[in-house]
Amino acid sequence: MEKGGIRVDPVTIDTTKIKITKKQPVTALDKLNDTGLISTVLSAREREGMILFSTVDQVFNWARLSSLWPVTSGLACCAIEMMAVAMAHHDIARFGMEIFRASPRQADLMFVAGTVTKRMAPRVKQLYEMMPDPKWVIAVGSCASTGGPYHESYSVLKGVDLIIPVDVYMPGCPPRPEAWIYAVIQLREKIKNQGYGAKWGLNK
Amino acid sequence: MESDELLINMGPVHPSTHGVLRFKLRMDGESIRECTPVLGHLHRGTEKIGEMKTYLQFIPYTDRLDYISAFPNNYAFVKAVEELAGIEVPLRAEYIRVLTMELNRIVNHLVSIGSLLMDLGAATMIMWGFRERENALQLFEMLCGARMTFNYIKPGGVREDIPDGFMPKLNEFLKDMEKRIDDYEQLINGNEIFHMRMKNIGVISAKDAVNYGWTGPTLRGSGVDYDLRKYEPYSIYPDLDFKVCVRNEGDSFARFIVRMDEMRESLHILRQVVDNMPASKEISSAKYGIAPMTGTPTAVSSYFPRIFTPPPGEVYSRIEAPKGELGFYVVSDGTTKPYRVKIRSPSFCNLTAIPSLVTGLKIPDLIAAFGTIDVVLGDVDR
Repeated sequence: MEKGGIRVDPVTIDTTKIKITKKQPVTALDKLNDTGLISTVLSAREREGMILFSTVDQVFNWARLSSLWPVTSGLACCAIEMMAVAMAHHDIARFGMEIFRASPRQADLMFVAGTVTKRMAPRVKQLYEMMPDPKWVIAVGSCASTGGPYHESYSVLKGVDLIIPVDVYMPGCPPRPEAWIYAVIQLREKIKNQGYGAKWGLNK
Repeated sequence: MESDELLINMGPVHPSTHGVLRFKLRMDGESIRECTPVLGHLHRGTEKIGEMKTYLQFIPYTDRLDYISAFPNNYAFVKAVEELAGIEVPLRAEYIRVLTMELNRIVNHLVSIGSLLMDLGAATMIMWGFRERENALQLFEMLCGARMTFNYIKPGGVREDIPDGFMPKLNEFLKDMEKRIDDYEQLINGNEIFHMRMKNIGVISAKDAVNYGWTGPTLRGSGVDYDLRKYEPYSIYPDLDFKVCVRNEGDSFARFIVRMDEMRESLHILRQVVDNMPASKEISSAKYGIAPMTGTPTAVSSYFPRIFTPPPGEVYSRIEAPKGELGFYVVSDGTTKPYRVKIRSPSFCNLTAIPSLVTGLKIPDLIAAFGTIDVVLGDVDR
């Protein structure tokens, strides 16, 4: 930062500007003052920057769960309910997910919506591998979870978790839109508790 | 001028292929020289499952063939079984069946038109279509508790009677829907971009359409007056007054207009069904059906005979499903399970004509023509 033509080291904190009080900290503000955080804030203000008190995990998780973009990969019956969820009545846009991307490169969530046949399985796997990290998978309906009513069929994969990792299983044939929304909320809870901070109990 | 040939792969994951259909396109510049649909990505072995399950256990699988309109699928299979076993159906059950099927026809056309316009880049219609679809699905939920896969129509009747409060809600829906269809026509029919995208695109002559085995609204868009509800009447359709909607142009626009008109005809049929609904509470035949609900709701399935053995024989039974002629060929060997179930699905037969429809057109026209054929991949691959 330039100040009067003299280069000032931005990291140096001018402690003379801060009055040091002798009295015991009583209020929360006093306690905060005592920790020296205020001087940090003041120096940040001097540098015209911003400070956010949080853990990195919390910020990242919040950003990730707030706008999950699903990939458009309707396989069978559940895809019609996927359309119904995206439409005005159930309106998944409330969760920031209304943008169904046609390309897996732009998506971070995959609804495996329907029966995964043995012919389709390599393509579903490829689709998953094309998605950039971090990525999540919701197995929609009994077909994607276990094979469902087509468990006995010769041509159906018995659960999509045989080829790709699944985060949330959603029962139903097909699941109601309310079940979709519940599954999305469960996934958001899961994302919220990801990372080291969550393991150490810092995200509470 | 000749240019290098380009091979483009479209699908199986593509937003405009209504599921998991794959097109192999040989392109000459921007125009399609050859289009080959590649099927089978949703082949679930339904016909083979039909041989493993009993007659009653197979009814839920028919729901999942054409999952947008499941009631006609239920009915087509049950009709075949009833013809096989010679079961008489009470009149009220037939009225309820026709009521559900015509409601489902409206739902099917709403989804079809909505997704067609979304593929063309107009997102309003699918929002509106799904708004009305929700209302219809609430009616289905009142009937049988499910939104899409019903398992409602059983040999000899239907599973449950119409609940209280259904008819006022249905009347409200019919009144509302009449205005909504006016709205749709105002929104779409005069749109110049829509005309340019649809008119003279995907033209097929009546002769070719018949030779390809086309049925349903797609065939009636080519000027063939073929509707199984008139041509080979079943259920209570002979008593009902309705006309078959036909357009002569044979292009994508004609097929779209036929669907719009059919929704109005379905409303007309529904009004007659509501007016003439028999008052008796008999919803299933005494021998094969469910006894009328008198006790607790849990007693319903126990009234139904678990072991159901039609006499040996074979039958081919067909109905006019929203997408076309849906036929079930059932062979019985006198046991509890069918010996063979063959499904003649309208989507598959309609899809076979797509290469001849789109040769010489561009890829966006392929999407427009494909959208008007109204294919559901569960019905194509089975």
